[in-house]
Amino acid sequence: MNVLKNKRLRALGMTIFSILFLGGVVILGLTLDKGNIVTHLEIRNAPPTLEHLFGTDWLGRDMFTRTMMGLTLSMGVGLLGAFCSTMIAAVLGMVAATMGKVADAVVSWSTDLFLSVPHLVMLLLISFSLGGGAKGIIAGTALTHWPSLARIIRAEIMAIRSADYVQVSRRLGKPGWWIAMNHIFPHILPQLAVGFLLMFPHAILHEASVTFLGLGLSPHQPAIGIILSESMKYLSSGLWWLAFFPGLCLLFAVRAFAAIGGNLRQFIRPSSAHDAR
Amino acid sequence: MQLEAKKLSYRYGCYPWLFREVDFTLSPGEVVGLLGPSGSGKTTLCRILAGYVKPAEGRVLLGGKPITRKGYQPVQLVFQHPEKALNPRWRMRKVLKEAEVEDSILEALGIQSEWLSHFPGELSGGELQRFCVARALGKGTRFLIADEMTTMLDAITQAQIWNAVLNAQKQREMGIVVVSHEEKLVARLCDRVMRLSR
Amino acid sequence: MAILEVENLSVSFNQYKMFRSVKSKVISSLSIAVDEGEIVAVVGASGSGKSLLAQAILGILPPNATIDGIMLFRGETLTLARQKALRGREIAIIPQSVNSLDPLMRAGSHVRTSVTAGNASDLQKEVFKRYHLEEKVEKLYPFQLSGGMARRVLLASAMVSGAKVIIADEPTPGLDEQYVAEALQHLREFADNGCGVLLITHDIGAALKIADKIAVFYAGTTVEIASIENFRGDGEDLRHPFSKALWRALPENGFEPIPGSQPQPDKLPSGCLFAARCKKAAAACSAAFPEMRELRNGRVRCIHAT
Repeated sequence: MNVLKNKRLRALGMTIFSILFLGGVVILGLTLDKGNIVTHLEIRNAPPTLEHLFGTDWLGRDMFTRTMMGLTLSMGVGLLGAFCSTMIAAVLGMVAATMGKVADAVVSWSTDLFLSVPHLVMLLLISFSLGGGAKGIIAGTALTHWPSLARIIRAEIMAIRSADYVQVSRRLGKPGWWIAMNHIFPHILPQLAVGFLLMFPHAILHEASVTFLGLGLSPHQPAIGIILSESMKYLSSGLWWLAFFPGLCLLFAVRAFAAIGGNLRQFIRPSSAHDAR
Repeated sequence: MQLEAKKLSYRYGCYPWLFREVDFTLSPGEVVGLLGPSGSGKTTLCRILAGYVKPAEGRVLLGGKPITRKGYQPVQLVFQHPEKALNPRWRMRKVLKEAEVEDSILEALGIQSEWLSHFPGELSGGELQRFCVARALGKGTRFLIADEMTTMLDAITQAQIWNAVLNAQKQREMGIVVVSHEEKLVARLCDRVMRLSR
Repeated sequence: MAILEVENLSVSFNQYKMFRSVKSKVISSLSIAVDEGEIVAVVGASGSGKSLLAQAILGILPPNATIDGIMLFRGETLTLARQKALRGREIAIIPQSVNSLDPLMRAGSHVRTSVTAGNASDLQKEVFKRYHLEEKVEKLYPFQLSGGMARRVLLASAMVSGAKVIIADEPTPGLDEQYVAEALQHLREFADNGCGVLLITHDIGAALKIADKIAVFYAGTTVEIASIENFRGDGEDLRHPFSKALWRALPENGFEPIPGSQPQPDKLPSGCLFAARCKKAAAACSAAFPEMRELRNGRVRCIHAT
């Protein structure tokens, strides 16, 4: 069997590669020597070398170390934000689908409300009103990313509840909790997992952009948004590596998450599971 | 214990009545055919009898008492399309477990053990319908409503399934409603026939 | 002359079991031909590859399918490009599922868009009349149609397309007996005008009413092609043991099933596909996949048939 021809194996390979990449970033971010990011004015503004892979900035801080730490921090913030958002989506989706017309109307109405305001504006407002910092960012991402997933979950639960096989299950004397655990939950769990993974890159990018705009994490923290926003000032003086490598790493990290999420979705959606080679 | 429908009427919302004041009685051990042109409400009547749909007027009694919604229902319904009546994420083994089906029924329906590890999407309609029938023939079933149960199946599978069902019916004194377009099938299976008109 | 010919068609699907890619053969060495003015009915169990044959001819198989063999329309090979150009114009399908109607299209415009030549609106009115569809049905959306009406809209769409070959995939379930008879009669008239019909059905009774020949399918291949006169009495004129069993299992002819079931497509035996359920099966049956052979003006895939 040809490995490259087998879509499943290819997807598995991509997933493993993505996980390794992300895991590597986190491990490096947590273990790299903090001494690398204190001021070393004697080596400032050095272009990439073997010793400083991503070069150094105007204070002589090692950009590789900063980037890894920044990404790790961003991923932490994104993880928490996306997780909270997924939970909100799950709870609201279930409430809308199971608790009657009023609950459904309230949830649908607020979903529409949140969807009608641009993401980033909302995020800025929430983050700003909570005083910025990690707390503001996490709350912001958590509160702005749930609507579309909540809508999907609601629709899924409603469809399953009226499905013939659930109706049959009731007639076979199965209690409501049994149906929820055996019919409904296994159906929405993968949706939640995929929704979570695909929300993640959004959350990271939004974290970076809010921080970039100066309303997110504090400038002392090595966040990827800070790094990128600071680098803007030095681009015109030719210090391209300050923006290039961190930006590229952010792109890779986001792509890696999207790849994991996309592959997972392919696995669990029976209709796309057997596509052509 | 009889299954009785008294003065059943039904309509969707404010649309014209699908049927009005239908009376129907099914005794244990009886096989009754239900015929009628499409649009005459056969499927809806089946769903009402099996407790899936509430009638607009009238009531369904089981042994003289209204049907309770809790626990195993003695009136079970088998649909025309088995694909929709099975959870696509469940292996067939779990389907049988849900209903606690006796092995003798499986054998009679020709359900093969190698099918049990498959998902519904991997089996043909004829194979899936056997599972749906088996599921409806749990120990507590007293009445079976077969709504176009074998309409989509070939003659051999149809005969296999009906032979198994009729054997179980004789053993347990079950009452059966057979809904079908096929007059010949109804003639072969049923003790009496009821016709719905439009 | 054969207007549609399929020779030695095999279709297999590439599927995944966890990370292993598995091939399952859903159609093997299938041959069938439809002459001008002829209705060929394809009967067999669900899962015997009937609908897949239709999809293969139209070139609308799912992307994980691999096709092998020859398909000819008017003597010329059906390539993917040609299938695309012909479907809806020269080859039309009456689909199995009423869900094939576009849910956002009114019934009338559904039929009008199928017209390839002539005045669409006139043709649509005419065909609606023929199928006893009231004028107001034109304005209805599919969800407002009853099952029987939706079926007739599908039939009407195929009839106005001006196609030379119609593939009717289970066109009758859900129709009342009177409409079944009419729908079949329309197919017959269509064939009598020199066109070909491939009628896919599990209902032998319907097939016998209008078809010229019946092809019996089992586990993805043709086991017998017989003229309808052979389907009579106890099935003694039929050639293949499966055809006989199918005939005898009809409610009007004994209602007696043979035990067992069709083999799964990923576990096909190498020899005769029916051997496991056949009373006459011998060692020779499992040795090699039997070829289709001529017998008493029909064709059969069985080494014992006489």
